[in-house]
Amino acid sequence: MTALLELSEVSGGYGPVRVLHEVDLRVHEGQVAVVLGANGAGKTTTLRSVSGLISVDGTITFDGRRIDGRSPETIANLGIAHVPQGRGTFTELTVEENLRVGALGRRDGRVAEDLDRWYSVFPRLAERRNQDAGSMSGGEQQMLALARAMMSRPRLLLLDEPSLGLAPIVTRELFAQIAELNRSDGLTALVVEQNANLALDIGHWGYVLEAGRIAVQGSAEELRGDEDVRKAYLGF
Amino acid sequence: MQLFIEQVLNGVGNGVVYASVALALVLIWRTTGVLNFAQGEMALFSTYVSWWLTTSGMPVFAAIGISMALSFVAGAVIERTLIRPVEVGRSPLNVVIVTLGLFLAFNSLAQLVFGTDPQKMPSPFPRGSIDLVAGAALRKDTIGLVVVLVAEVALLWLLLQKTRLGLKLRAVASNPESARLHGIHAGRMLMVGWAMAAALGALAGSLVASERTGFDASLMQTILVFAFAAAALGGFDSLVGAIVSGLIVGVANALTIQYVSWLQGIELILPLGLILAVLVIRPTGLFGRRTVERV
Repeated sequence: MTALLELSEVSGGYGPVRVLHEVDLRVHEGQVAVVLGANGAGKTTTLRSVSGLISVDGTITFDGRRIDGRSPETIANLGIAHVPQGRGTFTELTVEENLRVGALGRRDGRVAEDLDRWYSVFPRLAERRNQDAGSMSGGEQQMLALARAMMSRPRLLLLDEPSLGLAPIVTRELFAQIAELNRSDGLTALVVEQNANLALDIGHWGYVLEAGRIAVQGSAEELRGDEDVRKAYLGF
Repeated sequence: MQLFIEQVLNGVGNGVVYASVALALVLIWRTTGVLNFAQGEMALFSTYVSWWLTTSGMPVFAAIGISMALSFVAGAVIERTLIRPVEVGRSPLNVVIVTLGLFLAFNSLAQLVFGTDPQKMPSPFPRGSIDLVAGAALRKDTIGLVVVLVAEVALLWLLLQKTRLGLKLRAVASNPESARLHGIHAGRMLMVGWAMAAALGALAGSLVASERTGFDASLMQTILVFAFAAAALGGFDSLVGAIVSGLIVGVANALTIQYVSWLQGIELILPLGLILAVLVIRPTGLFGRRTVERV
């Protein structure tokens, strides 16, 4: 099985500071891969290198094409949607305008249909469609971020710490939604998360990052079942 | 009474100009998050271009149109060659310094190219006035200015609120990185913002010059201060706010000059005082939106 996204010996960081060291990572079509690890392990940096926000050494291929060295705009238009930490909300735009930004790259005339779909998945967004997005709670903004990313009908979704700052019940709801999208739409996703327990619930394959290197990898069941891994890296 | 009405109408005439320059400021602010201190002097240079075109016998409206088109291109070039390279440093102060440099550069360049003698910009509007009640008269060119401004605002509003380009512009202004992650070419949008603002400035400068008996390189300097006051009063992110505040500032200034004799010669106190008052009492302005950040 060929991977939709493949990182091979990717190193990189910010200026002189190297955060990632020769990271190898694959995401297969139709699967959810999760990257676990402590603060500062390089989880966010991994996603930022995929979407072109930082320059890297090594190769990154998406659907057989080299994308390392490409601009974030180009990479986004190839079908990679990145929900960054902080959720990337356009605070001065209304909720509906935020969703329309997600669909700006599309010209298929089915945007209205998708709007209806995400409004029915997240009724809170429908209630607030004409409100400034910045006025919403953190959980609502995270739902908006997910819906906005999905409005582009991405081939690969990158999610950066979706649980950050959310109440546990909201987080669970959100992860359930991602798992459902994976089942119903065959959504392929790379999710970065500190909450290993939650992430492994929805993931097929897991990587544990430690100080910028892949320390352990395996299927979700393997990682969950391995007591040493759980104690050393996952904290549950 | 007649004097009062006439002063109010005068103020409206000036206020419309302040409003148009404030619009250009707000446009750059909303699309790029930068205050362009060179806005007035860029407009001055464009005004000289309009004037120079009319001296070769070109109809006034055509001259202004061509000047606007040239300014549009020049605005884009300035953004790409002078603003973009310093934006990488990420400090908004860098851009501010560059716009201050542009302020001086354009002022000197205008004097160098077009000389220091006052010039007369012909008006695109009919002369004369319409008699109103109580003996006051409304100048036809004031009506013309108001019509142009209303059309300008309507077009801008439609562009920003109802088109894909407008949505992209506003998305980049709101969150540049997130916009890039959605495939919007942020750099291109900033360029478009500068280009449009330069064209608006060309229009405002040319029209205000045509109202005066003559203009020189100092044309836009006080206007820029009044426009900043209007933009601040309007809340910086609101098009409607810029217009209403421009008119308020214009009328307030005209009445101050007429009725507060000890302010004669130092009328600039009014806009500066307004900016200060707004910043202290209501930083979001009359029409601005409070930015709420949530974690």
